[in-house]
Amino acid sequence: MKWLSLNWPQVVELTRDHLLLSAPAILLSVLLAVPIGRLAQQRPRLGGPLLGAASLLYAIPALPLLIIIPVIFGIPLRSPATMIIALTVYGLALLVRTAADAFGSVDPRVREAAVAVGHSPRSVFWRVDLPLAVPVLLAGVRVVAVSTVSLVTIGALIGVPSLGTLLTDGFQRGIPAEVATGVIATMLLALFFDAVLVAAGRILTPWTVSRRERLLPQEETT
Amino acid sequence: MNLFLDAIAWLADPANWSGPSGVPTRVLQHLVITFAAVAAAAILALPTGILIGHTRKGAGIVGAIAGAARAIPTLGLLTLLGLALGIGLKAPLLALIVLAIPSVLAGAYAGVQNVDSAVTGAAKAIGMSPKQVVFQVEIPLAAPVIIGGLRAATLQVVATATLAAYTADFGLGRYLFSGLKSRDYAEMLAGALLVAGLALLLELLLAAWQRSAARRIAAPARSSSAAVQPESPLVKESV
Repeated sequence: MKWLSLNWPQVVELTRDHLLLSAPAILLSVLLAVPIGRLAQQRPRLGGPLLGAASLLYAIPALPLLIIIPVIFGIPLRSPATMIIALTVYGLALLVRTAADAFGSVDPRVREAAVAVGHSPRSVFWRVDLPLAVPVLLAGVRVVAVSTVSLVTIGALIGVPSLGTLLTDGFQRGIPAEVATGVIATMLLALFFDAVLVAAGRILTPWTVSRRERLLPQEETT
Repeated sequence: MNLFLDAIAWLADPANWSGPSGVPTRVLQHLVITFAAVAAAAILALPTGILIGHTRKGAGIVGAIAGAARAIPTLGLLTLLGLALGIGLKAPLLALIVLAIPSVLAGAYAGVQNVDSAVTGAAKAIGMSPKQVVFQVEIPLAAPVIIGGLRAATLQVVATATLAAYTADFGLGRYLFSGLKSRDYAEMLAGALLVAGLALLLELLLAAWQRSAARRIAAPARSSSAAVQPESPLVKESV
């Protein structure tokens, strides 16, 4: 606690860095995984190999990946871009399968009904498929968010500042309080992302909330 | 791309293939710590997971613990343990065991829990003891999912074992850290390629094991094309 009060500004700054590395990576993985997952679900012949390739991407260890990415993309090793690309690769590897499952979980009869009442294919995707896929998709995004926040710390090993810096710096200087602060702050940040995602899920799928309330009216009184 | 050629040149250099810091020694060390961590995690988590799956009690608590364990940054755990236990292998080994447990545990209890209760009911009805139900019905039927958990754990551990080199002179991570310090990017990239190659090799081996276990339980007398391929619930927490 004493260490934390003495180094408060540094912890705040590193938390901000951590946030700025993890949030874009999570957002990018979702934006890329949704179309790929949708494609994989609609065209299983293409989707099988695609999902297989995604899980192989996942098998690449992070520290080596952080070193390989700058070589491929021609960017400096210690840049935030290296970190964001690596985190997006992992997020994507995890999410593509979940996205395919999420679209697969949509009842085909609902889709047919939407077509029957005159929705265009684009409208079916935006107003039927995507909203109904949100619950399963969200479960995957929550997993990705927690693991991404935790993985960002590895960047400290190659010199990208984040809460992980507290871990390496605390270890090298032998300050357990600094390392503990890093661990706890990272876990709190993961918890924060999770809470934001749960709240976003509530807003995006209002029907699940109202249905629960209708099914369990006794909960309203307590 | 030039750096890739440098890395390949590094890998082709016979000087890097002998002695205590040679590639064969490092690969062997890497495999030893990986198997030690996964084996220890399996000894702790498999019986627990199977028991939870069998009794169907405590899954919520274990799920919560596993979820919390996954949020712990492994580098943080490693550095904390490193400060407490000193330089050496103890800290990385413990951190890797903690990393491996959630996957093994989740695989074991999800696998056993998902065995059709009609099947276990039938096993009981023909007079099997609870012990027989567990060992002769539930574990064989849950094998693909249990192996899936071990596979996910192995993948995480083999990747994260690179961090062992942060507190000890051990494993393939040594090339990454010494390359990073001396700005020898060829050595670093060569080490990275070795770890990635090792991870992919283990992944393919374990996936084949999982598929063969799935084929064994999916109507062994009939066609094997109906073999289910359960995907393990992976979580990226490895390094």
